[in-house]
Amino acid sequence: MDKKHLQTPSQTIGPFFAYGLTPTQYDYEFKSWVDNNMVADIDAPETIEISGTVFDGEGQAIDDAMVELWQDDGEHKLYGRFGTGTEENNRFIFKTIKPKSVNGQAPFINVILFMRGQLLHTYTRIYFADESSLNASDKVLNSVDAKRRNTLIAEKVGQKYSIDIHMQGQKETVFFDL
Amino acid sequence: MSNIIQSGFDKEIQPSYLYEGYKSTIIRAPTKPLVMPKKSELSLTGPVFKDFKLGVLDHDLTKNAVKNGEPLGERIVVHGKVTNEKGHPIPYTLLEIWQANSSGRYIHKADQHDAPLDPNFSGAGRCMTDAEGNYKFYTIKPGAYSWGNHPNAWRPNHIHFSLFGGDITSRLITQMYFPGDPLLEFDPMVQSIPLKGRDLLISKFDLALTEPDFALGYRFDIVLRGHNATPFENL
Ligand SMILES: [Fe+2]
Repeated sequence: MDKKHLQTPSQTIGPFFAYGLTPTQYDYEFKSWVDNNMVADIDAPETIEISGTVFDGEGQAIDDAMVELWQDDGEHKLYGRFGTGTEENNRFIFKTIKPKSVNGQAPFINVILFMRGQLLHTYTRIYFADESSLNASDKVLNSVDAKRRNTLIAEKVGQKYSIDIHMQGQKETVFFDL
Repeated sequence: MSNIIQSGFDKEIQPSYLYEGYKSTIIRAPTKPLVMPKKSELSLTGPVFKDFKLGVLDHDLTKNAVKNGEPLGERIVVHGKVTNEKGHPIPYTLLEIWQANSSGRYIHKADQHDAPLDPNFSGAGRCMTDAEGNYKFYTIKPGAYSWGNHPNAWRPNHIHFSLFGGDITSRLITQMYFPGDPLLEFDPMVQSIPLKGRDLLISKFDLALTEPDFALGYRFDIVLRGHNATPFENL
């Protein structure tokens, strides 16, 4: 009983996922079932925008990554998906709502990142710069080297948040082993 | 949060981020150690896609992009069971699939491989597991294609898969290969998988699944990370 079944190995999403996973965004005929608008009413006052760029180890903006946001604060379970390469400067962009703090933790959004050149996806998180006191006491953020913590925190400009993801280099984003 | 027991990526099975034989990993793999927070402090849940509405032809790539005839190539039907690491089925979870046509050409605008497009084949589809975790879709066997990784590099025939399971740790994107393909031993993607896991991505030809006068049958079972019995226990 409970014999362990071996995990199916991961493989890269490759460069050609767009017409299967994010087809509407890239103007393919197959219809997307999900996109980067994670809330029903994107004009509602509580809607926020989160955008950024994914950079490779040579500092180039990656134009074929797929970014997924997963959030669950108990009240709102939201999911969004966006491929880079269609927005200006190869940005990703999402409309969502800011998650609530749960059990005193800083609010955050889980990020799963896929791209050509990644045989296995990476996990990171988005925290919010305007939650500085919750961020300061957050246990997950505090498990990260203080010098790298800001790689997880989105800056706020007006109602918009901005966070870049660096795969490598001085500003390499913190990725989690979940 | 539910009582999910975390299992982690199996290092004896999963490829690592950096695999120099696959050149693009060199500037895209994280270089700093991953951070492992205490499990009790993690929240891994998100939405699940239980009430997902499929289009009527989403699971049939031999029909879902027909313009003026049938797609060219060898029709196949792919069956499989999706389970967790305990072997418990994952019911009602979404699978997304995409692939090249029988000539080895993707409809993706960036595909420069000099092989013909098929006006009646897009290569994109979706299906869902049933109550027992079984899935099935029809398609055309994809062709091999060349790519720029190294001189005379060719990808073996493969179908790309994307699956969810119950939480963010069970997320999987992978590729299914075909038995007996001579390109498998030369392919850096396949070779990036530790030996113990390599055969797990090779589907099995199955005469019992083969549909007379219609399509060859292949079986490809999938095991998602984790031990939670169903995707929905956290709803
Ligand atoms: Fe491919």
